[in-house]
Amino acid sequence: MANVLVNAPKTAKRGAVVEIKALILHPMETGFRPGTMGKIIPRNIIERFTATWNDAEIFSMDMSPAISANPFVSFFAMAAESGTVRLRWTGDEGLVVEERVAIAVE
Amino acid sequence: MKLLRIAFGLVIVFAASWAAARVATDKRRSGHQDMGEALQKMQDDDTANPGMLFVQLGGQFWAKAAGAADKSCADCHGSAATSMKGVAARYPAIPQGAEAPLDLEGRINLCRTENQKAERLPPESRELLALEAYVAHQSRGMPIAPPADPRLGAFRARGAEIYRARQGQLNLSCAICHDDNAGKKLAGVTIPEAHPTGYPIYRLEWQALGSLKRRLRNCLVGIRAEAYAYDAPEYVMLELFLMDRARGMTLESPGVRP
Repeated sequence: MANVLVNAPKTAKRGAVVEIKALILHPMETGFRPGTMGKIIPRNIIERFTATWNDAEIFSMDMSPAISANPFVSFFAMAAESGTVRLRWTGDEGLVVEERVAIAVE
Repeated sequence: MKLLRIAFGLVIVFAASWAAARVATDKRRSGHQDMGEALQKMQDDDTANPGMLFVQLGGQFWAKAAGAADKSCADCHGSAATSMKGVAARYPAIPQGAEAPLDLEGRINLCRTENQKAERLPPESRELLALEAYVAHQSRGMPIAPPADPRLGAFRARGAEIYRARQGQLNLSCAICHDDNAGKKLAGVTIPEAHPTGYPIYRLEWQALGSLKRRLRNCLVGIRAEAYAYDAPEYVMLELFLMDRARGMTLESPGVRP
């Protein structure tokens, strides 16, 4: 069960700069913390976040253990043509989460 | 007829100004007002408030069948938007057939054991907090309205006693900070007035959603007192008192706090 909240405009003027904000439910366990029995809790983080607009990459970032739980990412992109923005989080324990939003460019 | 209409109009004007005056004289401050602008915006924007992730998760649990009865919350209660509206604003309350008051999470667990024939959800577990956030979210924007049940009086009075009693190695009561010194600084932080307006809250320090119980335990540890056990009735009594103290204030669940 992936829980994601995305905030992107439904429509945009051609050439306008739009802000896309994305929030994901994830523990971002650092791999440095001991658990209740003193054993290290295995690392479980998001390693990479990428965003594509009609399959062309517009934003990507590597994440590290120092990033907080439930990371919030905000970035800007220029609206060139109508299409689908695909947001993708990948990481430890086989994490692959994908979310799509459609933006209509006028 | 015309006179009647003027009189009626006057009544409305008076009522409105009385309500406005009451709001103006209400000096109570929610923790929301004591936060920085950035955090306020974070809470107010539903796609930036991490608490909303748990509300979303709670909605999924709401529709998921559980227990031997194989029933989901939605099977009995239908849409939470109508059936759970205002519930968080009036809890803790005494459920039908019970003797002692229960807080919202206690009520959720009662429903689980009685109706779903499922196991109780452990305190501060993700599922319990998510359900609590989902239910509390349905009352967002409503004024806190504790019920008039006379049986609650004794519990509330006991809560007030605990609130004012000195305890712990630092020998402080809740009231010393949150009544006498609210608005002043404790190290770099503003001491809030301790109105439970946004629970369960997403606390940035916790990087997680937490209940009022967790917050109270935090304060108890802070004054170096022994925190009550998780199922202790003291928490419900304190919550009864605090909700009565915050009567009429707007519920903001899920709140964001530093």
